[in-house]
Amino acid sequence: MPRWGMVIDLDKCTGCQACSVACRMENNIPFAGPEETELSRVKWWHKVLRFEEGEYPKVRLTFIPRPCQHCDNPPCVTVCPVGATYVDDEGVVRMDYNRCIGCRFCATACPYGVRHFNWYDPDYPEEVRAALNPDVPVRPRGVVEKCTFCIHRLEAAKHKAAEEGRELVDAELVNLPACNEVCPASARYFGDLDDPESTVSRLAHSPRAFKLLEELGTVPKVFYLKETS
Amino acid sequence: MSEGPSTQERKTLLKPGDEDAILFEPLQRIGWRFLAVAAILLLIIIFGVLAYSRQVTQGLGITGLNYPVYWGMYIINTIFFIAISYGGTLTSAILRIFGVRWRTPITRAAEVMTACTLSVGAVNIVLDMGRPDRVLHLILYGRYQSPILWDFYAISLYMVCSLLYLYLPLIPDMAELKERFPRRRWFYGPLSLRWTGTPQQKKRLERIIDIMALAMVPIAVMVHTVLSYLLSLTTQPMWHSTLMGPYFVMGAIYSGMAGLLIVMALLRRFLHLERYLKPKHFNYMGLMILGMTAVWLYFTFSEYITTYYGQEPSHMEVFYAKFLGEFAPYFWTQVGLCLVVPVLLLSWRRTRTIVGTVVASGLILVGMWLERFLIIIPTLTRPRLPADLPFTTGTYRPTSAEWAIMAASAAAIALLYLIFIKLFPIVPVWEIRQEREQEDARFEQPPEPVNDAASSSPLLAG
Repeated sequence: MPRWGMVIDLDKCTGCQACSVACRMENNIPFAGPEETELSRVKWWHKVLRFEEGEYPKVRLTFIPRPCQHCDNPPCVTVCPVGATYVDDEGVVRMDYNRCIGCRFCATACPYGVRHFNWYDPDYPEEVRAALNPDVPVRPRGVVEKCTFCIHRLEAAKHKAAEEGRELVDAELVNLPACNEVCPASARYFGDLDDPESTVSRLAHSPRAFKLLEELGTVPKVFYLKETS
Repeated sequence: MSEGPSTQERKTLLKPGDEDAILFEPLQRIGWRFLAVAAILLLIIIFGVLAYSRQVTQGLGITGLNYPVYWGMYIINTIFFIAISYGGTLTSAILRIFGVRWRTPITRAAEVMTACTLSVGAVNIVLDMGRPDRVLHLILYGRYQSPILWDFYAISLYMVCSLLYLYLPLIPDMAELKERFPRRRWFYGPLSLRWTGTPQQKKRLERIIDIMALAMVPIAVMVHTVLSYLLSLTTQPMWHSTLMGPYFVMGAIYSGMAGLLIVMALLRRFLHLERYLKPKHFNYMGLMILGMTAVWLYFTFSEYITTYYGQEPSHMEVFYAKFLGEFAPYFWTQVGLCLVVPVLLLSWRRTRTIVGTVVASGLILVGMWLERFLIIIPTLTRPRLPADLPFTTGTYRPTSAEWAIMAASAAAIALLYLIFIKLFPIVPVWEIRQEREQEDARFEQPPEPVNDAASSSPLLAG
């Protein structure tokens, strides 16, 4: 069974945030609008974190793109009372919007802050409606949502491969999620961490590789390659 | 230690059994004052219901909750109201287990308080759900590793047991009510379970109540501990603490006693129960509350000194937010209300009067509400990855909808209590009578001179 993971090379990342924008478009994430933004209710399934260190002239700015970490030991899954979030057998932490009761326990338990809640029903302007992605469900008010590693694209790729009577190849996986596909610096990789030949597997073993909040024992599957310059 | 009229008075009364007539007075008629108060409470409840219906139709967006403060007023109030319920059944059970003689007039008033606050507290947690229409999912798809599910079963068990513990000592009084109000036989009759007051029945009843009292203690301890697991079983800074369980239970006993004292004072004043709820009851309760203030101080000090000496960056963010940051006014107010005020008002006999203890209790309740606020909100405003936030920290400002629902919850508790007062005597009549008979029997013989600490202690002088 594959174990899906991601590697992000911080040397190549320019902090352009195309990944965050692509994710919002791909996944039909609704607008927040000015009032909701003031209230801090913007939904960024994927976010580029910005860390500023030091004082002028020795300032250092680090950009860390942060999708859901799809932990192997997720604190969010443990606390869900109804099984609306679960780890599937390929390691993706999934959401079942029909099961979710909106208690937001998973959202408060996640140390990475990747989960978002639908405070209202989504309200898409007319122009955006035409551009909605039919492969991704529109979430009603009252449920929690988060990055899914573009599971719909993964399923589509699996179907295609099955139809063509072959296995999935690394080349079609590396840029499978929307965030990877749109990255202009090709800084991101997706694939099977358990396949020793895959790009992600090789890069995950790089001496530059690290993970976020590793000390919490969540065993995230998103690896970052440390900046060398 | 006898309640009611003196032995001399009793011997001259014509109708035996009518000494406690005042306890049945509220059941006899519904005055305009009762209707006025009930109408105001109902109005407040309606405002809350309207706010909630807006929330159901529009979404939780009408609250002040946001990213990352996903939990706010509803969770705070759930914990707050369920905590007050501890002053009822748990206190009544513990007083019974230790055979404390002065408990008799208080027990039912306490148990009713538990029934009312617990039901409203449990409703508050449903108000927090994004999809309340899916509440059955907890039963159909419940996952037993989730603390919320433990909460669901613990609170349900506690509710059933509390109602049982309220009902059982009510049975003998039901039988009397059946006789006193013949037109309401259809209601009191079946509920009295054919009680005739035979010695076997009394023995059986006392036995069952004893067992229930013992059972209530572990159940009550479990309920608030499980409620604390909502916070302590996550990795979040200043939530992930082993002290949370005992801290919550202690806080619940503390707020519960304060709540009970206020209820006692209101009953004494408005139902004219001066003969049953005496200054000594308030004195003893005041001392118990003072004891709990010391326990509160111990736990709070432990919590903060542990955090401070650990110096873990993510924990210290929350620590400084409370001590020096935007939560400092609330934090120091809480310390004032939960520590300084009770010590000043309850340490000296001169201020440990009915008024003094009621004022202290009211302020303690405000302080304890602030404590729950300060446990939940600051941690949520300081996530481990702060660069994730649109502003430097998270913020939370409750909206009018949340305040309306909180007011409606308090009003609902009051209204439920008032309805009970109109249906049943708030003081257990048969237990009072039983005690009086035992006192009278003792008066027949010359009393033994008692020389123990309780008789000579200036603290306990009524």
